[in-house]
Amino acid sequence: MALDNQPKREFKVVGTRPPRPDGVDKVTGRAQYGADVSAPGMLVAKILRSPHAHAEILSIDTSAAEALAGVKAVVTSRDFGAVGDTIIDIGEDSSPLADIRDNCLARGKVLYDGHAVAAVAAVSAEVAKAALKLIKVDYRVLPHVTDVDAAMKPGAPVVLSGRVEETVQRGKSENVTHYCEFGHGDLESGFAAADLVVERSFTTAATHQGYIEPHACLASMTADGKADLWCCTQGQYNVRSVCAEILGMEASQLRVTASEIGGGFGGKTSIFIEPVALALSRKAGRPVKLVMTRDEVFKATGPTVSTSMDVKIGMTKDGRITAASSHLRYSGGAFPNATVDMGAQAAFAAYDLKAVRTFGWNALTNRPKESAYRAPGAPQAIYAVESVIDELCQKLNLDPLEVRLKNAAKKGTRSSYGPTFDDIGLIATLEAAKAHPHLKAPLGPNQGRGISAGFWFNFGGNTCVTLNINTDGTVSVTEGNPDIGGSRASIGMMAAEELGVPFEKVRTIVADTASLGHNDITDGSRVTFAVGLATIKAARDAIQKMCRRAAAIWGIDEEAVEWVDGAARPSGPNAGQFPPLTLAEIAAVSFQTGGPIAGHHEFNADGAGVSFGVHIADVEVDPDTGATKVLRYTVFQDAGKAVHPDYVEGQMQGGAVQGIGWALNEEYIYGADGRLQNAGFLDYRIPVASDLPMIDAVILEIPNPGHPYGVRGVGETGIVPPLAALSNAVSRAAGVRLNRLPMSPPRVLEAILSKG
Amino acid sequence: MKTIAVSTKINGDAVDFVCAPDESLLDVLRNRLGMTGTKEGCGTGDCGACSVTLNGRLVCSCLVLGAEAEGAEVGTVEGMAEGGTLTVLQQAFIDHAALQCGICTPGILVAAKALLDQNPDPTDEELRFWLAGNLCRCTGYDKIIRAVQSAAAQMRSA
Repeated sequence: MALDNQPKREFKVVGTRPPRPDGVDKVTGRAQYGADVSAPGMLVAKILRSPHAHAEILSIDTSAAEALAGVKAVVTSRDFGAVGDTIIDIGEDSSPLADIRDNCLARGKVLYDGHAVAAVAAVSAEVAKAALKLIKVDYRVLPHVTDVDAAMKPGAPVVLSGRVEETVQRGKSENVTHYCEFGHGDLESGFAAADLVVERSFTTAATHQGYIEPHACLASMTADGKADLWCCTQGQYNVRSVCAEILGMEASQLRVTASEIGGGFGGKTSIFIEPVALALSRKAGRPVKLVMTRDEVFKATGPTVSTSMDVKIGMTKDGRITAASSHLRYSGGAFPNATVDMGAQAAFAAYDLKAVRTFGWNALTNRPKESAYRAPGAPQAIYAVESVIDELCQKLNLDPLEVRLKNAAKKGTRSSYGPTFDDIGLIATLEAAKAHPHLKAPLGPNQGRGISAGFWFNFGGNTCVTLNINTDGTVSVTEGNPDIGGSRASIGMMAAEELGVPFEKVRTIVADTASLGHNDITDGSRVTFAVGLATIKAARDAIQKMCRRAAAIWGIDEEAVEWVDGAARPSGPNAGQFPPLTLAEIAAVSFQTGGPIAGHHEFNADGAGVSFGVHIADVEVDPDTGATKVLRYTVFQDAGKAVHPDYVEGQMQGGAVQGIGWALNEEYIYGADGRLQNAGFLDYRIPVASDLPMIDAVILEIPNPGHPYGVRGVGETGIVPPLAALSNAVSRAAGVRLNRLPMSPPRVLEAILSKG
Repeated sequence: MKTIAVSTKINGDAVDFVCAPDESLLDVLRNRLGMTGTKEGCGTGDCGACSVTLNGRLVCSCLVLGAEAEGAEVGTVEGMAEGGTLTVLQQAFIDHAALQCGICTPGILVAAKALLDQNPDPTDEELRFWLAGNLCRCTGYDKIIRAVQSAAAQMRSA
């Protein structure tokens, strides 16, 4: 739907900052998350996990566990059905159903440390834990590989056989499952035209989304095959599709309700425990609650891809990029994935380039199956690109912001991944950064300033919304996406804006899978855009019906009624002289004018509109310890139109701090035995309050032509620029280029000492 | 396993429960007493989501045994608001958008209240170090710091 820009729209509700509707529940402890509900007769489930990075399962003997008093069910992969070749589309990713199933409970082989092997439901957690110790698994340990470059070499231990796609070049390990290539133009003559070409290699560690709420669910299946499932997820409809297939159920018989979600960031788009809990409930005939421990969350859910990358960029003395290429090697763990596609497409998206090419490979490793994490695949590639641009700027003595302005993509630019950009906000965002006092603030000794641009595509997708006009003049919006960043507020605000009623008159709820049609997962920064758009259209549907009722009351033509400021009015003097009928007045008599009034809209949303951001980071590096302190941080991002500016800032600040953690501290550390060494918040260190300064957030509003209010998704772009912004700042402060993430103190110190 | 009978006070109310000798106060609150406002993020004392007060002292309830609550006074997020009225601190979290997913919010509210009870005028640095044991993954802490400081200022002038 096109932007309503004629005349320029004056907003009444959108752009204000009302209190969030879930606020009181969340500050009083009433909000119910995945682990917060119970059911009569409920059992407690625990999962047995592999102690090996890679091993063949020769046999599983569950008889002693089953015989233990209080154990009501034990399941292994034998309890899951055949699923054929179905591919499940999970928004930012798609996955063969068999891979999801085999990740939930290993079949034949365990593929990583922590891979689930069996599960028990018992009358208490103590009994369930005791039963796990009685399950006898006979393993034949296999050689393993956890490093992406090692995994790609011929002769590397093969994680899964027979998964190589046809496009992959010959001569590589069977672990290399996927290849992609994007770009245009003549690289050779582009590099020849450069005054300076810099080529560097980079690595980034796998990181975890780090949501504070571990995965949790409560499953209840009855003898007639009906089931209810309560779980923390970013997409209840996807949970339903996957679980119904794995358990051989019909979708209508499985009702999935999304709990309040304690953080997801992409990590709760995947499915790990729900089919296991359902299988246990089916076997035991009782409700089963399954809650992961933090150790399990680190070992068996989440992480991002780990990467190894080469980037080559040519630049003229006056800062024009003449050619750019990158080779991206990503590993998404033990199952095939194509996240590298998004990295390859995003790598150079911020620039208007004549010659650009990106090549990407995915390699299997004995690590947990990758899950989406805020702009999946983009932060890594853009980190490498923005680092090389900064080095070029340093060597050519150019201003890094001016160079980005000079090369910035704009309306009409043929993007590095193919499409031609419509209205985009990169130049406005760079100009805002240029004008900001942060860029001119003085720096002291051992301090450095880094900047980086960032990009994310943003998604639309399948969406369905119902909007009911209640007889007391209030409005109920029913949507189907878990509220992960304040979407109940933003959706309610758009409904209020469109209907012309106060925000307080609208209540938005997240429906279970039986109460509303399919909605894609909460991902791709899609909800405020796509669900908001469906809500606006549902409101317009209801308005049309209310105008019809008013026309009937007045005895005039429906076309002669218009909706202004929350009321039906005759559209002009010729239509007749009637006082306006408000929404409340029409609703109050609806039973006499044709029955209840509701608006509805279902569609596959298009036109999400890409999003750009620019970050400025100031750091101080301690030359004696290599420790980095973030002194000042400013985020500039195009929101299209900020529906609730507080929550837009919240996305920008939260994404930036996750990126700061990725840049400075966070990493999956594997031992030589292939086991994860730091599966807890003590050793996997996410940023804490004392690590950080305030995060200044500057919202730009360059309207998205694909939304009537101009809204763009804002959830993901914020995690993209921090990696390079920090790396460039640390490199300038330390006087040596850093090319590995995280920049933990020992690595920075090593780099400082190595420069001599 | 032999259970232990415990008499305690939670949010001012007398409460009796039985628990296993190795059962954490967090498990007692959540699983035996239905007080799920206190959250479990790690179970190892690293995230602070389970913060409660025990005789006025801020603790991770996952690192305290249920049996240790005998004769003690326990304070949880459920005891903050009086009747239907939110405290200044709770209201400030809503007004300053200091929460997103909200899973860390109960622990952060309990921790922040414990600080303000002993130091009504903390510097930002004191506040950041006090809250360093409470992980939040959504907000980047910016709006949390602003909310607590705003509440502290309102409470000082009240």
